[in-house]
Amino acid sequence: MSSETKKILTTDGIPLEVSLKKAERRNKIKAFLLVAPLLLFLIITYVFPIGDMLMRSVDDKMVTEMLPKTFKAMEKWDGKELPEEEVFEAFYLDFRKLVDEKREGKLSTQLNYTKNGFKSIIKKLRRKSKSFEEGNYKEQIMSVHKRWANVEYWKAIKRRAPAFTSQKYLKGMDMYKNENGEIVSVEEDRRIHRILWLRTLEIAFFVTLFCFLMAYPIAHLLATLPMKYSNLLMICVLLPFWTSLLVRTASWMILLQQQGVVNDFFVGIGLVADDARPEMMYNKTGTYVAMTQILLPFMVLPLYSVMKTISPSLMRAGKSLGGTPIVAFWKVYFPLTIPGIGAGCLLCFILAIGYYITPALVGGASGTLISNQIAFHMKSTLDWSFASAMGLMLLAGVLAIYWVYNKLVGIDNIKLG
Amino acid sequence: MALKKDFVKFDKVDKSYDGKILVVKDLQLDIEEGEFVTMLGPSGSGKTTCLMMLAGFETPTHGEIYLDGRAISSIPPHKRGIGMVFQNYALFPHMTVYENLAFPLRVRKIPKDEADKKIDKALSMVSLQGFADRMPGQLSGGQQQRVAVARSLVFDPQLVLMDEPLGALDKNLRESMQYEIKHIHESIGVTVVYVTHDQSEALTMSNRIAVFNDGKVQQLSSPDELYEKPVNSFVAEFIGENNTFAGEVTDISGGKCKVKVANTEILANPISVKGKGEKTKISLRPERALINPSDKMDNIYSGKIEEVIYHGDHTRVRINLLGNNEFILKVPNSSANMDIKLGKDIKIGWNSEDARALDPK
Repeated sequence: MSSETKKILTTDGIPLEVSLKKAERRNKIKAFLLVAPLLLFLIITYVFPIGDMLMRSVDDKMVTEMLPKTFKAMEKWDGKELPEEEVFEAFYLDFRKLVDEKREGKLSTQLNYTKNGFKSIIKKLRRKSKSFEEGNYKEQIMSVHKRWANVEYWKAIKRRAPAFTSQKYLKGMDMYKNENGEIVSVEEDRRIHRILWLRTLEIAFFVTLFCFLMAYPIAHLLATLPMKYSNLLMICVLLPFWTSLLVRTASWMILLQQQGVVNDFFVGIGLVADDARPEMMYNKTGTYVAMTQILLPFMVLPLYSVMKTISPSLMRAGKSLGGTPIVAFWKVYFPLTIPGIGAGCLLCFILAIGYYITPALVGGASGTLISNQIAFHMKSTLDWSFASAMGLMLLAGVLAIYWVYNKLVGIDNIKLG
Repeated sequence: MALKKDFVKFDKVDKSYDGKILVVKDLQLDIEEGEFVTMLGPSGSGKTTCLMMLAGFETPTHGEIYLDGRAISSIPPHKRGIGMVFQNYALFPHMTVYENLAFPLRVRKIPKDEADKKIDKALSMVSLQGFADRMPGQLSGGQQQRVAVARSLVFDPQLVLMDEPLGALDKNLRESMQYEIKHIHESIGVTVVYVTHDQSEALTMSNRIAVFNDGKVQQLSSPDELYEKPVNSFVAEFIGENNTFAGEVTDISGGKCKVKVANTEILANPISVKGKGEKTKISLRPERALINPSDKMDNIYSGKIEEVIYHGDHTRVRINLLGNNEFILKVPNSSANMDIKLGKDIKIGWNSEDARALDPK
């Protein structure tokens, strides 16, 4: 009996399972082919760059490859006293090769990241090394500049031996590995990145909060107004989406500057004196105002889509059962909007934490975010590995927020539309 | 304790939403304490608007509503103490059944042990003991309906409003819920105002029915009176099945009138006709007309059978009678009536008092 039920055959004698798989396979191939272009696109534009960024942020092969003999010779060095002659000789040979290939400039830049003061002594070494005699390189190199006789500089070179480094990440948190390999913070007055991280979180948090406070009533209106009014209101909400981000930011600049529309208005109604116009731009205020306005639709839409599904009879039921309007709202309506609040806040926060253009234009010095720092390293210092490291830290931060959200509210509770 | 005759009183209430059209016109309606009154009418007749005004979600444009002698127009909904069952139950989806029922008690600051007793009582009333910890989404439509009823009663309101509460249920469930609600009403004696567009629902459940049309109460009376003695053509046609003859009054005397229909004169009961020459519409219930009538009946005519539809316990027969091609008869399936065949001519008769001469509309 059991063997009979095990193998059910189709009418032409093929086992049912085989036939089913065959039928399913075509569908599976079809489905895969349909998503293949997108998958490929995602791999090329998303997975691959992020992987590359990860590699770049920890990659420290450049110096390792430039000074292969030196690092081999340094393996035996205990790193306390000045190294032996053979290290100096190896360094000289590596260095000559770099000079021949005209790559010693890169070396000086790289070593300068590790310790300030390498730039000038490498330049000097290049000049002097042309007239070096064979043998006793230690003496000759040390005589080029007194820093070459300083063991700290040789320690700095040795620290660049590994092909991978966490140095960029430490730098992103204003920390570094000191000569003894301990992780320590930089001096108090040079801790710029921590300030930026905290400011980024702070601005993202408050922008999300402001967006929420403003979007909730708008979304509620949208969901409850009769169609002809709500459509108009919806257009007003979506209008910013149809305007270029730069145009919107620029118009905020026009509005907020000291001789701008808002200040003129304040002076006009006598709120502030003409010679005491408040600064509303190139500081945090400007960033808050402009970012809140720009991110508002991202809060309104998820809230709206959730509120739309809440039957108005629920509030009526709450009231008819004796709840005051406030109680009915708080106990009945508000809990039902939590999925929308979660989605909106998550969306706004994640967008705000990586926001770039607006803070760059209206933020000034005290209103810029970590993304502006990343851009600065991408464009100005050309320290791409540091920019990558900070980008990845940002990504990790977003993922961490996502994880916390999932633990607290549950990601399946989210509703985007 | 004497029951108040005008526990709920609509006094000359008008309602307009747009300032152009009156949805409710000059409504005058008294509801007795402990009564089950149904507002029945087609959609757009103003019945739900009346309920919403009573609940406090709409304000009358003109006139006043009194509840137990108090004018309530200025009292917000949450202070009226009226229980309400909504069309789609309006159970709070994020609360358990227990929490749903506890809501009206909590806002009234009723101590927990007392509240628990009330909730137990309310749940047993709708036979849902043991469902307290379920979420509304885990219940069937009928169970949700019961929870909604229990919730509207749990805080002992004087008045419960029900807005088409059974509309979303299937037929069998709807019928059993009708009886259940009726029994609950009988056992606790609460005043119920019930809105529906389903006439059979209204007829089975109510003490009195207010038939709404065009913003007005057409007739307010008990179910049997409404069915047997409709006061106008709208009520006659809206409630139950109805055969009509349009004609002109030729004579009126001694509680009877003659109405000229298709070259013959029918004897009828003058309800809303006053004199000769008036246009009228005669209304006759299908079950009041008999085939092979006895000679005592004062209206006997002959017609041709156009259609026979078998209904199990009875047969519906469509007859062409006096120019009316839609004359319906309900014939019980007894052996005496086996000779009903398509195309045959049969004699049909009725008493003149059952043929009500109403307005010609």
